[in-house]
Amino acid sequence: MIRFDQVHKRYTNGREALAGVSFTIADGEMAFLTGHSGAGKSSILKLIALIERPTRGQVFIGNQNTASIKASGIPQFRRHLGVVFQDHKLLHDRPISDNVALPLIIAGVPKREIDKRVRAALDQVGLLSKEQGLPLELSAGEQQRVGIARAIVGKPKLLIADEPTGNLDPDLALEIMQLFKRFNDVGVTVVIATHDVHLIDRVGARRIGLADGRVAPPAAA
Amino acid sequence: MSVQTWLERHAQTLVGSLGRLSQQPVATLMTVTVIGIALALPLLLGVFLNNARTATAQWNQTFDMSVYMDKKATPSRTQALAKELRSRPDVAAVRVITAAEGLAQFRSASGFGNALDALEENPLPDALVVTPAPAASTPEGMAALEAAIRTEADVQSVQADTEWGKRVQAILGVLRRIVWLTGALLALGVLLVIGNTIRLDILNRRSEIEVMKLVGATDGFARRPFLYTGIWYGLGGGLVAILPVEIAVLLLAAPVARLAGAYGSQFRFLGLGVAEGGMLLAGALALGWVGSWLAATRHIRGIDPS
Repeated sequence: MIRFDQVHKRYTNGREALAGVSFTIADGEMAFLTGHSGAGKSSILKLIALIERPTRGQVFIGNQNTASIKASGIPQFRRHLGVVFQDHKLLHDRPISDNVALPLIIAGVPKREIDKRVRAALDQVGLLSKEQGLPLELSAGEQQRVGIARAIVGKPKLLIADEPTGNLDPDLALEIMQLFKRFNDVGVTVVIATHDVHLIDRVGARRIGLADGRVAPPAAA
Repeated sequence: MSVQTWLERHAQTLVGSLGRLSQQPVATLMTVTVIGIALALPLLLGVFLNNARTATAQWNQTFDMSVYMDKKATPSRTQALAKELRSRPDVAAVRVITAAEGLAQFRSASGFGNALDALEENPLPDALVVTPAPAASTPEGMAALEAAIRTEADVQSVQADTEWGKRVQAILGVLRRIVWLTGALLALGVLLVIGNTIRLDILNRRSEIEVMKLVGATDGFARRPFLYTGIWYGLGGGLVAILPVEIAVLLLAAPVARLAGAYGSQFRFLGLGVAEGGMLLAGALALGWVGSWLAATRHIRGIDPS
C-alpha cells in the first residue's frame, strides 16, 4: 500500500527532515511511526498526503508513484485518503454533521447518500447523538472522534493520523487508538504518527522508529 | 456527479453565501452601499442625458424656418412656392404670411406703429413659415431642407436656427462620452472593491480553505462560495444604485413638467425602464462575479495546507 524508497526531504529553510527513508507498509496493515519531535514523522505523513513532495527518492501509494500525480490530480488523490490531525481541524462555525459530510460534499455525493453515510460514520465513533451540535460543545476527545469520522466517511483504503492523541489524557488516548484498530480490523490500512510508546504497546501493532530523518533499528527507537 | 446533485450544491452555496453575508449585516451593508453609490453616479448621469436627448428632439420640431420672398415676387408666385413646399416629404406644414399681414403683426407687436406710418410703402416681403416634418427635424435634415429652399427662384433668404441644434447635439455627444468614461472608471472601482472584500474574506477563512483542500477540494470548489458572495454584492449594489435614481426622478418629475409646460411641450422626465433596470442589475451581477473570480482565483491558489 505504501512504499518509501530512499526518500530525502529537505525544506526550503535548509532543514533536512528525511535523509534516505525506506520502508513498506502492506495492504491492511496498521503501523505506528514513532520518534522524537523532528525525527521525521510528520514529514512522512505530509509526503503521503501530497502536502509535500520528496526532494529525492520515490513514494508509492497503492502502487502509484506519487511523482506522477500532478497538482491538478491532488484533490482527486486526497479523496481516497483519510487524514486525522492532532488539532482536529474542524470547522467551528458549522454543525458536527456538516463537518463530517465535508469530504462527501466535495466529492459530489448525492444528499440522501451523504446523510446516510454521515450517520453511519458518527455511529462508528459513538457520536450519533451529537449530530446537530457544534464542535466547540464537545470535549477534546469527542472532537477528535469527529475528526476521525470525517476521515473515514469517504471509506478510504488508507487512513493516516498525525499525533491523534497528542492532546488527550491516557484513557481517552487508548479509546481513540482502539477506534483506529477497529477500522484496521475491517481492512483499512492505518498509519499513525505518535510519540506515545506505551500506547503502542497496549494496542499492539507494527512500529517504525525514526531518528534524525532515518529509520532506526528497533532497539534504538 | 449527477445534474441534480450539482444543482443542489449550487443552490446550497447560493443560499449559504447569502446567509453568511446576513450574519455580518453592517459590513455587508457598507460594501453594498459603496458599490451602489459607485454605480448610481454614471446611472444618474445617463438618465439625465437620455432625458436631455428626448427633450431636445422635441425642441427640434419647433424649429420652424422662415423663408423671405424677394420683394419683386408676385403673391401668386408665393402661393405657388408654398404649394410646392407642402408637397415635399420633409415638410410638415407651410404657412403664408403676406407682406400686409406681416406689417400688421409687426405694428401690433413692436409698438413702432407711428414710425411705420411714416413709411411710404410696406418694407416687408411676403414670407413663408415652413415646419419640417418630424423625420427631417435633425440638424442634417434641416440643413438639407434649407439648402433646397434657397435654390428656389424668388427666395430672398432663409432663416433656420440649425446651428443651435447642431451645438446641442455636439454637447450631448460629449456628455455621453463622459458618462461612458465615468461608468468605465467606476465599474473598475466596483471590481476593486469587490475583489478586495473577497480577498479579506478569503484571508479570514484561510484555515477553512486549507481543511477543504486537505479533504480533496479543488480550487474551483473552494472558490465557489466566494463567487456567489461576489454575485450577491453586485446584485445588492445594483439595487442600491436604483434607489437614488428613482428618488431623483420623483423629485424632478413635477418641476420638469412645469418647465416643459411653460414652453408648450408635453415632455416628461423619465427614470429607468424595466429593461434598463434589468440591464443594470445584470451588469452589476457580472461585475460582482468577475471581481470575486479574479480575487478568489488568485488568493485561493496561494493557500496550501501545511
